[in-house]
Amino acid sequence: MAGVNMTGVSPKTAQVSDLIWKYMRPENMPHIWCPGCGHGIIMREVAQAVENLGIDRDKLMIVSGIGCSSRAAGYMDANTLHTTHGRAIAFATGIKIANPELEVIVLTGDGDASAIGGNHLIHACRRNIGLTVVVMNNSIYGMTGGQYSPTTPTGEFGTTAPYGNIDRDFDVAQLAIGAGATYAAKGSVYHVPQTVKLIENGIKHKGFSIIDVADVCPTYYGRKNKKGSAVNMMQYQKDNMVPADKAKTMTEEELKGKIVVGLLKETEYPEYTEEYQKIIDRFVKGAK
Amino acid sequence: MMKKLVINSAWCKGCGICAAFCPKGALEVVKEKVRRKEGTDCILCGQCELRCPDYAIYVDETKEDGNA
Repeated sequence: MAGVNMTGVSPKTAQVSDLIWKYMRPENMPHIWCPGCGHGIIMREVAQAVENLGIDRDKLMIVSGIGCSSRAAGYMDANTLHTTHGRAIAFATGIKIANPELEVIVLTGDGDASAIGGNHLIHACRRNIGLTVVVMNNSIYGMTGGQYSPTTPTGEFGTTAPYGNIDRDFDVAQLAIGAGATYAAKGSVYHVPQTVKLIENGIKHKGFSIIDVADVCPTYYGRKNKKGSAVNMMQYQKDNMVPADKAKTMTEEELKGKIVVGLLKETEYPEYTEEYQKIIDRFVKGAK
Repeated sequence: MMKKLVINSAWCKGCGICAAFCPKGALEVVKEKVRRKEGTDCILCGQCELRCPDYAIYVDETKEDGNA
């Protein structure tokens, strides 16, 4: 288990699949997430992506902020850090600069990433630092009781929007692209194999990558907006999925309520820690 | 290689996602726990495992000597 033997995997003592046994801490399960909450599915998608890439768990760093989603750092078995609200990307930036050899994955919620931590998000995008940010986007603040978040669609309800939300909602992936992210994709909890692949490519990508995953929160978002059970919400994702390539040809009006899945952007730009190393090398050479 | 479906009822929260998206309709939720539906076939496709938020259902692959 954690701390004892990070690279090897001990024989199973709980009734779980090999993947979960390897990447999770079964002693902390069952987790606290509500029945039907998609966070567990996204956490598994991340574990599967890491497994597919064969990343050594000693080189894997999971960082999270605050919120339902951010409990993930406590459930995953790797180097993990559970930080303060909205600051997961800030902590992750520090970790990456000090240890560029680590694969740093940030697991965060929509509020944590785009509201409280919005500042850190845009500047990490701008710097193109080699982090992989997975946004568990359930369009609501779950842990604190269903307040509307920056990704709650206009007109939808939350405990703090009893007459409907009049704010315009953020598209987190587009926000990141606007701020200079070099890899941006959108996944969902229904389209698991596709999302695993998008996370995998995001981890492989050199530079900042963000995967905005459409999540389901049946307890708050579902109840407040009469979306039905977790099954109904997953079925909605299945029925309303639009591939990213097709979405590019559609208007904003046509895309309303659709679940976009696929790669939105992938470009190359110098990675921050490499540029930083060049400056260190220049001075080390100069000192000799 | 032997494959079998395993259900860990202690972790199941009865959300019903696995049962709803099972292509063979081989699962049912009774008293907030999932179980195999009698008279149906499980084809061990693993769709349930992909979407179980609680890691309570999976396809186990056991080698012929009985070890995982």
